[in-house]
Amino acid sequence: MKIEQNEIEKIAELARIRISDSEIGQVTSRITEILQMVDALQAVDTRDIEPMSNPLDETQHLRPDKVTENNRRDAFQAIAPSVENGLYLVPKVIE
Amino acid sequence: MNNSSVAQLVKGLRERQYSSVEVTRSYLDRIAAMDVHYNSYIGVDEAAALAAAEAADKRLAAGDTPPLTGVPIAHKDIFCTDGMRTSCGSRMLDNFVPPYDATVIQRFKADGAVVLGKTNMDEFAMGSSNESSFYGPARNPWNTELVPGGSSGGSAAAVAGWLAPAATGTDTGGSIRQPAAFCGITGLKPTYGRVSRLGIVAFASSLDQAGPMAHSAEDCALLLNTMAGHDPRDATSSSAATEDYSSRLGDDLDGLRIGLPREYFSDGLDAATRRCVDNALQELESQGAILVDVSLPHSALTVPTYYIIAPAEASTNLSRFDGVRYGYRCEDPVDLHDLYTRTRGEGFGEEVKRRILVGTYALSAGYYDAYYKKAQQVRRLIKQDFMNCFDSVDIIAGPTTPGPAFALGTKSNDPIAMYLEDVYTLAVNLAGLPGISVPAGFVEDKPVGLQLIGRHFHEARLLNVAHRFQQATDWHLRSPDFATGEQH
Repeated sequence: MKIEQNEIEKIAELARIRISDSEIGQVTSRITEILQMVDALQAVDTRDIEPMSNPLDETQHLRPDKVTENNRRDAFQAIAPSVENGLYLVPKVIE
Repeated sequence: MNNSSVAQLVKGLRERQYSSVEVTRSYLDRIAAMDVHYNSYIGVDEAAALAAAEAADKRLAAGDTPPLTGVPIAHKDIFCTDGMRTSCGSRMLDNFVPPYDATVIQRFKADGAVVLGKTNMDEFAMGSSNESSFYGPARNPWNTELVPGGSSGGSAAAVAGWLAPAATGTDTGGSIRQPAAFCGITGLKPTYGRVSRLGIVAFASSLDQAGPMAHSAEDCALLLNTMAGHDPRDATSSSAATEDYSSRLGDDLDGLRIGLPREYFSDGLDAATRRCVDNALQELESQGAILVDVSLPHSALTVPTYYIIAPAEASTNLSRFDGVRYGYRCEDPVDLHDLYTRTRGEGFGEEVKRRILVGTYALSAGYYDAYYKKAQQVRRLIKQDFMNCFDSVDIIAGPTTPGPAFALGTKSNDPIAMYLEDVYTLAVNLAGLPGISVPAGFVEDKPVGLQLIGRHFHEARLLNVAHRFQQATDWHLRSPDFATGEQH
């Protein structure tokens, strides 16, 4: 299968990754190669096969809905790029 | 003490032949002298290591001696370490100093081990050569023109070059076993869920598993004793009982049935590598094991299946890197969209971006069923192949890799050639099984690994077979000339 450059641009936008104009051609051809390689799966008969998301077919453990962790907001915000009064700062989103 | 096994160090420290400060100091000195050649470490905090060693010496003096007291261990730079930079080999986390320890690190500290340093790795554990690291590639101590393998390449190089007695790694598709094979050491990927993933920077959550890398199966067992066990803070961690992984090392192999998947001995396997593996199998046979021809018919589909599932999960996991809460943030973003796209465009390297894009594609509307769901169905078929084999054999054996270590730069521009390096290791992760790579000889002075694969939670059996093999062979005792201090 062939994947068009504008489709990669759309995917990159969904993934929120800036790809420069000089890179996009190369990225498109590499991803096309990978998608061609994985296309081998399409030939497999998987009727009635249950998809497997956990290799042990285990479901996640549940726990009582109780607070078990301490509030360490200051420690976690100390490593953030930009905070103020306990809030994470980002560029203005509302005019 | 500088070329001692973990088992010997445990004994030597307990008998006060030397102190933990002396052992730790000697490793730090070797790192300072030698790592310019291997680039196996990303971070070493000498003061913190020596302080931990001093604390361990006090415990030893007081007779308070959990199993690894005073033993310095290196950790892949994917395990969060409280107060110590955890980069995951990426520019994205170049400034990330976690405020907590991964459960694995906590357990090592509780058992008295000293954090010797953080080892080099492929960026976000995506790679088979260590060449995608933001900090430059680690190099193979057997020949520094060769890659050490990846993604846990720094851990493998550090152990092989005697810059650490042992190390931790993580393995999502071969990242412990392949570098162990390339560097001539022993590396175990436990059963999915056996070791806690809490505090390990996530790559593909249904495949990731941490394990030990050391000079012998005996040492891997000692490390696994510390690492394994249920963690209530990891919802996918298994509550299956652990055992003393050292206790059955010496069991005899009489009547052990070893399955040899014919797909792992086909055209893609280098002939000289195959001879090493055949010789190793003969050794096991001479100890009473029975070799049985088996088939894993879906083997040809493991690379395509993996390269849907792993990127899909990675694209989801790596969405957390947004330049807001921690890690890299681009300069002067004009708006929120610019902040996200430039932070991620600049913070991630080429291979990581490629996998995020493939994963995003596979999960996007209109493609989900054709790619992700399809891959999950084939994944079940791949697992079923193994389960069918385990009806008639106890373990499965074959090569860890199609050939020995390759030269730096030879595959870094060809993602698919790089992906095929893991053709014999990926299926083990897809099926959630434990696997170990054991040194089994050399091809033109390059180490070769024998891979053993066990039933779920049969780590003790794998370590037993590996140990018995190592009792009869000396491949695991060989060291590169550099490491023994001899002149070339």
